[in-house]
Amino acid sequence: MATVFKKTSMLTDAPSHYCPGCTHGVAHRLTAEVIEELGYKENVVGVAPVGCAVFAYNYFNCDMQQAAHGRAPAVATGIKRVLGEDTLVFAYQGDGDLASIGLAEIVHSAARGENFTVIFINNAIYGMTGGQMAPTTLLGQKATTCQAGRDPKVNGNPIKICEMLSTLDGVAYVERVALGSVGGIRKAKRALTKAFKYQIEKKGFTLVEMLSTCPTNWRMTPKQAMDYVNEEMQKIYPPGVFKEVK
Amino acid sequence: MKVLMKGNEAIAEAAIRGGCRAFFGYPITPQNEIPEYMSCRMPQVGGVFIQSESEVAAINMVYGAAGAGARAMTSSSSPGISLKQEGISYICGAELPCVIVNMVRCGPGLGGIQPGQGDYFQAVKGGGHGDYRMLTYGPSTVQEAVDIIYDAFDKADEYRVPVMILGDGMLGQIMEAVEIPPMKDPATFPKKEWATTGKGYGDTRRIINSLYIKPDELEEVTNRLFDKYKIMAEREVMAENYMTDDAEIIITAYGTVGRIAKSAVNILREEGIKAGLLRPITLYPFPEKEYKKLAQRKDVKMFYCFELSMGQMVEDVRLSVDGKKPTLFYGRTGGNVISPEDIVKAVKSEVK
Repeated sequence: MATVFKKTSMLTDAPSHYCPGCTHGVAHRLTAEVIEELGYKENVVGVAPVGCAVFAYNYFNCDMQQAAHGRAPAVATGIKRVLGEDTLVFAYQGDGDLASIGLAEIVHSAARGENFTVIFINNAIYGMTGGQMAPTTLLGQKATTCQAGRDPKVNGNPIKICEMLSTLDGVAYVERVALGSVGGIRKAKRALTKAFKYQIEKKGFTLVEMLSTCPTNWRMTPKQAMDYVNEEMQKIYPPGVFKEVK
Repeated sequence: MKVLMKGNEAIAEAAIRGGCRAFFGYPITPQNEIPEYMSCRMPQVGGVFIQSESEVAAINMVYGAAGAGARAMTSSSSPGISLKQEGISYICGAELPCVIVNMVRCGPGLGGIQPGQGDYFQAVKGGGHGDYRMLTYGPSTVQEAVDIIYDAFDKADEYRVPVMILGDGMLGQIMEAVEIPPMKDPATFPKKEWATTGKGYGDTRRIINSLYIKPDELEEVTNRLFDKYKIMAEREVMAENYMTDDAEIIITAYGTVGRIAKSAVNILREEGIKAGLLRPITLYPFPEKEYKKLAQRKDVKMFYCFELSMGQMVEDVRLSVDGKKPTLFYGRTGGNVISPEDIVKAVKSEVK
């Protein structure tokens, strides 16, 4: 019998702890597939964040480091600089990790043009801690620390990471994709492939932001969560390529 | 051949000779000569230097580099070391070897830029969260600092712990004639099978981590850390006894105050007062047995501890002396340094 589909060997067989309808699984698989397809599965180090993806080191089937909250880009910097340009390095971070507590680390890694790839999961909420407001929470969106919905006068405004990082020299490639549809997932894989290729070509800092779901903390069904990504999130966070140095 | 070097620069060169090939730092007085020196020297030896965006980033770069197998180091001074505490806790939890230099200034807060010893508790009791310790040295001369940091990476690798060099502004800024040891050959360093070099895959993959959700697992890890500290306490303790053989008054001090106290002992001896100096070189593990030995001696009348703080090491001295002899304390802070005459005067007021 012909094999028509098989799971990438860059993922372990460990059962995932992610909630039903969460797109972390999709993002993991795409990342793993791209690394394998590029032929780097035995020449790659990943960095796991603090947040829902903290256990990423259990799932990616390669050398992994678990970083302190927000510090994955600094850890990835240390790894990449000592291992050299021929080893692929990636950091996998959520929105609280990257856009709040770790803002300095991501901005300065980008400005230095650190030659690694960041997978940025933006689901507009703190998932692991139970649904608190994130730096990327939409205006009006409810969270356990802004229960009437995010009010800019009280809670500030959403941070647009791709737009911000694209202004920095040293950034080679920044794209935002949305995991709310099959088309979006396909685009996400193309974006990841590009990002890792640019890293292999030593072009500099690369980041792919993935608009993601959190049905549990959004209090939605998986289907409603997908619709929310496609209808609400994309209004504030339009997908697209924000910077590409060819 | 001896060369005249500033403490900070001599320490930086000795670190490179000892195998350091990755340095990450952020400017803060009075340690700036270390990153400045490293920024020139690292490229010459094929190493990595980054001036990071913060002390927080620097220590996490050390985490990444050490986890990938490099001999990595950072340096800072008190407020900056406070910022590194999160990273130090993770480094201890993940059992990563590295070297951290703290050229201590005065606190709390922004404090001042003059020498201080107020970071003793932070260094030896675990300044970050959780149960951990660091192999901590308090050198008193530039030569001693050079010799310690030269071997510090070997110790860090042996135990997979961070090694802290607890200096102070004086040690960093003073110029002394020092003998810088020869370059160690990296080929002789132990192989790090646990390091994430990128070559691991499937069964051979390595994970650098400090997260253990199951209580039994975390307890086992913590026990393993403390088993290592126990071995360190058996093998690594260093202290200098100076004229303590027949001493009735044991002066005790570490770091630059230790060398000042040595001058005080000489003056007191000239005046016929039987004083001696017990100077801890390792601050963790603490030379507890040295104190116990002296405390048990009938001719020893008292211990007198001198520090540039309101009294931190004195607590470990008292725990070690265990009430067997009176233990007095004299401290200066704010950047004021204790003089030999201060010590002589303090001791003489107790000997009537």
